[in-house]
Order: sequence, then C-alpha cells, then structure tokens
Amino acid sequence: MTSAAASTAASTAAATPAPSPTARPPALLSVGDLHVSYGAITALRGVSLSVGQGEIVALIGANGAGKTSTLRAVSGMLSPKQGSITLDGKPIAGRKSHELVPLGMAHAPEGRGIFLNLSVDENLTLGAYLRSDHEGIEADRENGFTLFPRLRERRQQRAGTLSGGEQQMLAVARALMSRPRLLLLDEPSLGLAPQVIETIFKILRAVNQTGVSILLVEQNAHLALGVAHHAYVLETGQIVMEGTGKDLLATDEIRRAYLGE
Amino acid sequence: MGGVIRGLLPFAVAVPVLAALQVLTADAPFLVILSLTVGVNIVLAVSLNIVNGMTGQFSIGHAGFMAVGAYVGGVLSKVTSEYGISFLPEVVSDQVLFALSLVVGGAVAALFGFVVGLPSLRLKGDYLAIVTLGFGEIIRVVVQNTELFGKALGLSGVPARTTLFSCWLVVVVVVVVAKRIHDSSHGRALLAIREDEIAAEAMGVNTTAYKVRSFVVASFFAGVAGGVFAHYQSIVAPSSFTYVKSMEVVVMIVAGGLGSTTGAIVAAVFLTLLPEGLRSVLLAVTGDGALAQKVEQIRMPLYGLLLVVLMLLRPQGLFGTRELWDMGPFRKKRAPSPPSPLSSSASPGAAPEVVR
Repeated sequence: MTSAAASTAASTAAATPAPSPTARPPALLSVGDLHVSYGAITALRGVSLSVGQGEIVALIGANGAGKTSTLRAVSGMLSPKQGSITLDGKPIAGRKSHELVPLGMAHAPEGRGIFLNLSVDENLTLGAYLRSDHEGIEADRENGFTLFPRLRERRQQRAGTLSGGEQQMLAVARALMSRPRLLLLDEPSLGLAPQVIETIFKILRAVNQTGVSILLVEQNAHLALGVAHHAYVLETGQIVMEGTGKDLLATDEIRRAYLGE
Repeated sequence: MGGVIRGLLPFAVAVPVLAALQVLTADAPFLVILSLTVGVNIVLAVSLNIVNGMTGQFSIGHAGFMAVGAYVGGVLSKVTSEYGISFLPEVVSDQVLFALSLVVGGAVAALFGFVVGLPSLRLKGDYLAIVTLGFGEIIRVVVQNTELFGKALGLSGVPARTTLFSCWLVVVVVVVVAKRIHDSSHGRALLAIREDEIAAEAMGVNTTAYKVRSFVVASFFAGVAGGVFAHYQSIVAPSSFTYVKSMEVVVMIVAGGLGSTTGAIVAAVFLTLLPEGLRSVLLAVTGDGALAQKVEQIRMPLYGLLLVVLMLLRPQGLFGTRELWDMGPFRKKRAPSPPSPLSSSASPGAAPEVVR
C-alpha cells in the first residue's frame, strides 16, 4: 500500500493529473495546471486536482502552501493567472462567485465569515440569497436545523453571540442553504475544541451521504485524511502527493511531516 | 395589490398632515425656514446612511453630490422660470417644474455617483473615503470657476419654490425608500457586504454591483436635497458645499448610529436645531449678541466634542443599527426569545442532547 501511494506521488509531481490507481467516480470538479499569483508573489504553480461526484476530497498542507488560494480560485473569488477549472465539464475559470453559486458551488470561507451582527436566521436566509423558491428555502432551513439542533435554539440570536463551534455549524448550514452540489470548506476545525470538531465532521459525512461532494481544506491532516475518499498534499503551490485518505495516512512522509510521528 | 396599498400608506398619511402643517405655519416664516433646513439635512443623512451605514462603505463627499443637484436644479429652474405649462394654473405649473428640476438634479447627481463609484467602490475602506473627499472638492472648485454657475458669487435668482410641504414630502420619500431597501433582499445583501464582504461574495452577492447601486441611490437623494436647498435659499454659493458640510452629515449618521435610518433622522434634527438653541442660550446668558453671532464658528468644535464624548460613552451611536420601529411598543411579534447564551454553552454533560 505504501509503495503504491509513493509511486502515485512521484507521478503527480510531474503536474499531470495522473489517473488514480483506485477507481474514482466521474469528476464533478476538475482543476488543471492552475496558477495563481498575488502581484509578484506566486501562490499556486500548476495545481491539478479533481473532485468526483459524491466524494469528499481533502487538500492538506502547511501554512502558506496555497490551500486557501486554491479554494478561492475555484469559487471565483480569485482570478487564476493560468489553468483550467471545470464544473461538470463546463469551464468556469475566471467566473465570479455570484455566477458560480447558481451552478451549485458553495464556499464556507476561511475564518467562518459569519455575519456577526445578523441573526442566525438572517445568516441562513443570506445563504439562500440567489434562490427565490420560498418553500424550498424554508425546507432547507429546517434541514439545517435538523443537522444542527443548536442553531434552531439560537435562531433569533445575533450570530456574534454564538460560540466558535456554533459559528462553524452556522457557516456549514449557511453554505448548504444554496443547495450546493459541491461544498468548499476552508479549515472547518480551526480553533475548535476536539469534541466540537468531531461533531462537525460527523455532520459533514452525513451531508456527503446526501450526495453533496465536498472539497475540504485542512491543516489537521489526521482528521481530514480520516474522512476523505481522496486527498491531495499541497506544498509551496504544487501538489506533491495524492491518494486515498487511507493510503496517505499510511505514508511515512505524511506521518513525519503532518502527523508528527 | 396589498403591497401597493401598504406602500402608498405612508403617503396617504403624510400628504394631508403636511398640507395641514403648511397652512398652519403660513404666518411663521422663521419656523418654516428652520423646518426646511432640518428637512434637507434629514434627506442628506438618511441617504448617506444607505452607503455608510447599511453597506458599510465610508463616503465623505456627500456635499459634492448635493452641489451637483443644487446647481443643475437651480439652473434648470432659472431657465424655465419664464415659462409655464399652459393648461395648468401658475402655482401648479411652478411646482411641476420644480419637481422636474429636483428629479433632473438628482439624476445628474446619480450619474456622478455612478461615475465616481464604479472605479472607487472596488477599493476598500480608506480609499473610498479619499476618493469621495476629492470628488467633493473637485465639484466645488469646478463650480467656483464656471460662468454658468455664477463662479464664487454663486447662482442667484433661483425661484423660491420649496415649501414646507414639498420639502417634507421628499423627506417622507427618502425615508420610505431607505426602509424598503433595508427590509428587502437587496438590503440584506447590503448588510451582508457591511458585515463581511468575502462571505457576502461567497453567498453569491455581486458585491461591486450592490455597492455601486447603493452609492447611486444615495447620490440621487443628495442631489434632490441640493435641489430643495437651492429653491429656498435662492442663492446657491459654492461655500455651502464645502468639506465641512460633508462632515456635518457624517457626524449626523455616526451620532445616530451607523445603519439606523431613524437614528440618522433624530441626529439630523438634533444637530440642525443645536446651533439655533445655542444661539438663544448664548443670547440669554451673555445679554449681548456678540457670542451668539459666532454660533456658526462654535458649532464645528462642538460637533467634534460631541462625537468624542459619544464614541467614549456609546460607540455604536445613539441607536446602534436598530430602528425606532424595532423598539418598545413598535416591535413586531416574534417567536419566544431563545434561552440566554450562558445557559446553553456547551457543558460536556449536556452536549449529547443538543448535538446529534
């Protein structure tokens, strides 16, 4: 197993989206040779990855490796300098967020991005901002409350008064309000207690089981690899390794670099 | 249909009330002038609040847009003052032309708002403030050097057509528009931008478009306020639209609570009447008019002091982001309020019942 993962890593270093050894479902999102820079500073140099239908895909890496930049480019908040991004085979590189949300892309940005001065309900309503089917929205709000019962208790409360874990729950629930097919999550475990993290990841699995594909960015490699069907390791703007979550967890390099073993 | 009726309700109430006030104040010209000054300042404050308060973009050049409306409206009225609409009595015809010049003045101001806003609203925070500040000054300097606008002497001979009725009808319109924007999904998008621009974008809000739109709406009403102002002053001078005027409006909305329309109204009324009250007090205390004459100069440091005190004691402003109609007896019925945040924060033992 270890050798298989290592050979995969070697082949992906050449920046071609090499066919994965394990059978993966057809791609919902695929990113090819993505370059992003902030002025003179290059953040991504040729990132290629894909998210299959119904998969949870994790993107792990150290601080500054380019994880957030990748998500931002995918969700239309950054314009890539070069490279292709396709959703369902349709090219979407360079298109803005407000054009991508209706296509089924939802992004729960880094640091949760909760509207602190608005109520929980108003936050959820904004999650469904581009939808106009009132009944569907209310149904999804109920779904959100079923997933996160705590939010129901606090629906009239100002989001700023929620605890960190509740805010993260709200961020996920809000992202789901647009009825996404692809959910982009940026560091959902950031600054949370282990028990809360566990709850959130349990719910992410449940959400995934309803057919929502998830692209998960995490620094907590152990956690991310545990839940991911497939994972990529990002280092200084390039994918250096990929494989199933389980395979990568077993790799020596990963254990040393990210799990501290 | 019900929505239309509800939308017209404020006007159905306002029109007879304002008409009655107009008749009642016929013998009190000072009171009328005071009410017009208050009215214009309310329009300026409420409209600026759409940008600074609801959308969270800091514009400090509102007087520039007011100037555009005042000069365009003033020139238009001067040109058309010789004419009347043949089938209407003279008074009505004058008021129609007046309304027209207000709308045109507002529209031109809105156009300026678009031109200034489109590039600068892509910038964040301080940059927008600097651009709007610069714009206000440019407008003033351009006007000061344009023959058509009377250069530094100002535009004189603008027909005096503003009445208490028309001025306050504009006030009602701007307040209704502001409330409607605030309560709509459009308004929610603006609040989202104010709270967290990146998250708003992630929700699918076209942030640039919304910022520009709110800027254009605010500029329109600033222009209309300028038009109203021009038509009771009769002389429109560049000195009325300095940086000080812009800051006055900013002080009003900050004092009232950024994001609160009713806060902006209360603060606008208070800060407009403050110099008048001060004048009376100074006159009574000192006995001679020397100090009372200087109220205009005393006013600004006083505003500054007021702002410092307010920021120390109540940084969110008088009303915060809340509205008068959200408080006390006006409050809408809501679901029973949730338990206090303290009782519910995760104690490990209780967690399993709350979290699945």
